Amino acid sequence: MDPNQFFTASRVFIVAGKGGVGKSKIAAALTLAAQRCGLTSLLVETDGKPVPSGISSLSLTPPEALREYLDTKGLGRISRLMITTGVLDVITSAAPGIDDLLVLGKVKHLERSDAADVIVVDGPAAGHAITMLRTPQAISDAVKSGAVRLQADEILEMLRDGSRCQVVLVTIPEPTPVQECIETAYALEEEVGVKLAPIVVNQVDTSEPLDIPLSLSEHSALAQAAEFRNAQILRHHMNIKKLDEQLPLAQLIVPDLESCTIENIADQLLAAIEKL
Amino acid sequence: MSSIQVNQLLTDNRVIVFAGSGGVGKTTTAAALAAHGAQLGKRVVVITIDPAKRLADALGVGGTLSNEPSRIDLSAPGELWATMLDTRTTFDALIHRYSPTPEQATRIIANSFYQNISGALSGTQEYMAAEKLYDLYNDSRFDLVIVDTPPTRQALDFLSAPARLTRFIGHPLYRILIAPANAGMKVISTITQPVVRLISKVIGTQALEDTVEFFQAFQGLDSGFGERAAAVEKVLHDTLTQYVLVSTPQPDAIGETQFFADTLRKQKIEPALLILNRVQPRFADNALVDTQSIAAQDLTLLEKNLAHFHRLADAQDEAAQIFIGSEAQIPVVRAPFSAALLDNPEKTLETLCSLGALMARAD
Repeated sequence: MDPNQFFTASRVFIVAGKGGVGKSKIAAALTLAAQRCGLTSLLVETDGKPVPSGISSLSLTPPEALREYLDTKGLGRISRLMITTGVLDVITSAAPGIDDLLVLGKVKHLERSDAADVIVVDGPAAGHAITMLRTPQAISDAVKSGAVRLQADEILEMLRDGSRCQVVLVTIPEPTPVQECIETAYALEEEVGVKLAPIVVNQVDTSEPLDIPLSLSEHSALAQAAEFRNAQILRHHMNIKKLDEQLPLAQLIVPDLESCTIENIADQLLAAIEKL
Repeated sequence: MSSIQVNQLLTDNRVIVFAGSGGVGKTTTAAALAAHGAQLGKRVVVITIDPAKRLADALGVGGTLSNEPSRIDLSAPGELWATMLDTRTTFDALIHRYSPTPEQATRIIANSFYQNISGALSGTQEYMAAEKLYDLYNDSRFDLVIVDTPPTRQALDFLSAPARLTRFIGHPLYRILIAPANAGMKVISTITQPVVRLISKVIGTQALEDTVEFFQAFQGLDSGFGERAAAVEKVLHDTLTQYVLVSTPQPDAIGETQFFADTLRKQKIEPALLILNRVQPRFADNALVDTQSIAAQDLTLLEKNLAHFHRLADAQDEAAQIFIGSEAQIPVVRAPFSAALLDNPEKTLETLCSLGALMARAD
């Protein structure tokens, strides 16, 4: 597939995955890859992690999102008052889902205002991703009218429109991450109705198995290292196969890189997209 | 770290909280040390508050974990129990406990605002985790409560969750919201309060009415909740409550682990132990090896492969050194990368026990 076509299939890409799978780096690399296709791109960081340099990015926290939201509604004074008096604290304690709604609301605002050709959201870890993406529906069900209800409905509309928004799941070829990825994929499709982009399988050992000569003693470091490597290649292969069998989605295989800079990962992602 | 120290950690304390970023094996190491605690004769219960059913998998009882602790079939002098946090059920139980009448409890549980906040929405989960911990802490069936935390940076929010609730109940806004019931007025009259009017602009009249109704129904429960929150907080800061950090030796994970260490220290809590998990092996010759008979090109490939793992081990040591260097006072246990644990779903409980024993023996 032409990478340009991949990145223009929707404007928003929400990247989700279990911790430790390299989700944030994949999100940053996707942003860079889109930029290399000649598109303007923006990375939205939601977990309070520092944003990488070299790409256009935005760190989004609920208080900031609320302030901006109220500003656009001409309620700037109120937002400052709410923050300084601690009322915001009370509201988010009382209705915790508001946090997620604010962040998703801001993403929707960026999407509607054409902030960039491609908006990549570094979403929360897998378990919380489902919760976050389910929040607009929960609020839409619970709240009958008002700005919050309207906001929730508009976010839902974006989430359910595959031409506006897709979710990119990231996993690594190990048993637990693969299992969780499959569960998350089904939960997101069934409960939220989002479109899933090809799955990113990260840190895959793509090297060839090593032939261990019979004459080599099993006590040698060379033999042990080769055996360890072969077991890893086999394990990764089995887990990718399982993912493929249980989840009918295309896969973007990103090899385990010794120097896993965002630039290198972006190269690998673009190569994998071309192979789709 | 000697085995005596890890064993003492398990035998001398009442609560152990495992914290760390996602994917480092927090759930597995928590379950492994819980299993080891049972081997030491303790009656241990392990709680996971991770939405994914990972602990169930690790314990080989996939799909059967519920909000009520269930006993794991393990031959040990002690006992091993496991439970998964169900935020909604825990919250409902709390409402029932503190409602003056069953009718009031029903009224609260039926309120749409309550249903909204008591589900799996973020924030409530951390608070209910603390609540569940407190509940099991006071359960005479258990000597030791081991807590696994969610894989987010907010995981340690539960340390401040009880305090947040107490602060909330004491907040002037709360007083304003429940005012009409006190004065015998209608719900909607609160809208006349300026600050409430502002909020209603943001969240809508209906949402506000639900909220107000909830807080009015909540009246009478607030002092019980407040006292409870204070008691929970006391346990979280008790000297017999310990915090264990789990990390892998990769630079990214080490960085996140420092974040957790800092978060704990802000709460004046010193981590009791750092578990460095999935340490890749450093291969070494343990006998005289003859490589003469191997074809040159095969040997090159094998040497290249070994060099790869040496570089990996060096990078790991270096990353860990940064942490160990700056956090010298935290004892460190290294747990090896265990392909056996990954590959052998049938033998998981057994593997968990040996991993627990291994960690207790590790230097």
